[in-house]
Amino acid sequence: MAVFERRKYEPRKEAKPRARGVPSGLWTKCSGCGEVIYNQVLKKSHQVCPKCEYHFPLGARERLVLICDGGKFQEHDAKMEAVDVLQFKGVTSYASKLKANRKKTGLPDAMVSGTGKIGGREVSLGAMEFAFLGGSMGVVVGEKVTRTIERGLAKKMPVIIFSASGGARMYEGMFSLMQMAKTSGALAKLGAAGLPFISVLTNPTMAGVMASFASLGDMILAEPRAMIGFAGARVIRETTQQELPKEFQTSEFLHEHGLIDMIVSRSEMKETLARLLRYL
Amino acid sequence: MEKRIEELRKLSGRQKLGAESEIAALQKKWTEARREVYGNLTPWQRIQIVRHPQRPYLLDYLQQGATDVFELGGDRTFGEDRALIGGLATLHQQRVVFLGHQKGRDTKENLRRNFGCAHPEGYRKALRLMRLADRFRLPIVTLIDTPGAFPGVASEERHVAEAIAVNIREMFNFRVPIIAVVIGEGGSGGALGIGVANRVLILENAYYSVISPEGCASILWKDRAFAPQATEALRISSKDLLQLGLVDEVIPEPTGGAHRDWTTTIRTTMERIAHHLAELNQLSAARLVETRQERYRAIGSVLEK
Repeated sequence: MAVFERRKYEPRKEAKPRARGVPSGLWTKCSGCGEVIYNQVLKKSHQVCPKCEYHFPLGARERLVLICDGGKFQEHDAKMEAVDVLQFKGVTSYASKLKANRKKTGLPDAMVSGTGKIGGREVSLGAMEFAFLGGSMGVVVGEKVTRTIERGLAKKMPVIIFSASGGARMYEGMFSLMQMAKTSGALAKLGAAGLPFISVLTNPTMAGVMASFASLGDMILAEPRAMIGFAGARVIRETTQQELPKEFQTSEFLHEHGLIDMIVSRSEMKETLARLLRYL
Repeated sequence: MEKRIEELRKLSGRQKLGAESEIAALQKKWTEARREVYGNLTPWQRIQIVRHPQRPYLLDYLQQGATDVFELGGDRTFGEDRALIGGLATLHQQRVVFLGHQKGRDTKENLRRNFGCAHPEGYRKALRLMRLADRFRLPIVTLIDTPGAFPGVASEERHVAEAIAVNIREMFNFRVPIIAVVIGEGGSGGALGIGVANRVLILENAYYSVISPEGCASILWKDRAFAPQATEALRISSKDLLQLGLVDEVIPEPTGGAHRDWTTTIRTTMERIAHHLAELNQLSAARLVETRQERYRAIGSVLEK
C-alpha cells in the first residue's frame, strides 16, 4: 500500500536571509532568494540581487560614488583614527581589532564623509561602513558625523547620512554613548538654522545609531528589507519570551508602523534624493 | 563584629561592667574595617550594591528630600509609563521639574514599574514635561536609575529609538538649567534619553555604561559569566568616569552603600543638586544652551594625521 500513499506535502523552505559581508570569490549566493549570482553581475548592480532585489551591504566609499554627480566627492577627515582611550581588553584587545578591521576594509574607521553634488545641489554627506567593526559608532564615527553636520551648517548645505551600524562601539565605553549626544546636539543646531537633514537607513541600522542621529531626519528613507530597530531580536526574545511578529524590525515593518517616510531601492536612491532636495 | 558590640552593650547595660572602653574600641575597629572593605570594592561588587533592592529610588528621594511634590502623568498620545515618571517638586526652596526612572522593591511593584525599563511613552512624557519646564522657566532635575529602555515588541512598534533620539536632541535646546544625577544604574540609551545636562553627577556606587556588563560579556566573551571582566574593561565605575572626564562630580555614599543609610544619601544628594543649581542659575539662558553644547561637543579625542 505504501507504494500508492501520497507523499506528505512539505512547503518549500524559504531561505533565511543571512548577514554576510562583501562577497568574495567568483560567485555569491543571494541571502534573499538563494540564487547564485556571478560577482561581476552583482558589482554592476551595486550589490543588489538581480532576481529578488535583495540589497547586500554596500561599502561606504562605493555608496558615495554611486550617489554623487559624476561619481565624484571631496572627502574630508579621511585620515581620522581612533584612540584606544580605555585600553580595552576583552578576549581580543581593541587595538588588535582596529588593526584587523583597517586591513580588511582599507579604511581607518567605519565612516567615509565629505561634500559632493546630487542633481547639481551641493550637499554635505557621509556613509557608514558596516564591514568595519559592524559599522559601530565610536568617537571617530561620532566626530565625522558631527563634522558632516557642521559643514552643512557652515556652508548652508543639506546634510545626508547613510547609516549602516550595529550601534555604539563597546570598545570605547561611555565615549561611544556620548557620541549619540554629540551628533544629536549638532542636529539641534542644524534644525535651528533651518537646514535639512535626510537620514537614509540601510541594512542594518540598530541601537545607539538608531537612537540618535539616524532617527532624526527631516525625512527618513530606508533601503528595502533592511533590519532597523533599537534592541536586537535575540535580546527581545530572551527578555520577553515573546513571539516576534512577521517581518519585525524591517524597513517594511517600520514603514507600516509610521517611522519611515519611504522605502527607496538602491537603483532609485540618487534620483529620489535629487528630486527631494529641490523641495528643501 | 556588629553583633558582638550589640551583645556587649546589652551586657554592660544590665551589669554595669564598665565595658564602655571595650565597646568604644570595638566600635572603632568595626568602623575602620567597614571603611576598608567598602573603600576597596571591585567595580563588579559595586554593581551588586547598586542593584540592591533596598537602595533608595526616585520616589524615596522625593519623599525625604523634596516638598510640594506633584507627579504629572501621561504622554498625551498613548499612555502612562510607570517606569519613567516626572512632575513638579521643590528642593531646597527651588521649584523644579523632576524626571526619573522608578524601580519596584517586590515582584508586584516591579511588574507595575517594569523593573525601571521605560517604553517610548515614558520618554515622550519626559519630553512633554521638559517642554513644560522650559516654558515656565523651571530647572530640570533628572534622576537616572535604569538597566535600559525596555527591549520588547511594543517598544519597537512605537519606536523607542526615535523617542530617545528626539529627547537627546531637544535637551540641547532647553533654556533652563538641567542637572542629571545617576543614582543607580545608568543603562545606555535608556539613561541618556533623560541624561543630556549642564551637569552630570553620579553616586559613588552607581554606574553609567554604553551596554550592561552582562550584555557586553555575552557579545565579547560569548558568556554572561564574564560580566565582572566586562565591568572592568568598560570602566564604568563612578571613579573611572570622573577620571575620564565623563561626569562632573561623584557624590559619596555612606559606608556600606546608599541602602545602609537613606537619610544621609538623600540629604547629600539634594545638597549637591542645590549647589549646582545655584551655580547654573547665575547663567543666562543663552549661556546655558551654549555650555551644554560645548560640554558634549568636546567629548572624545581622535588622531588626525
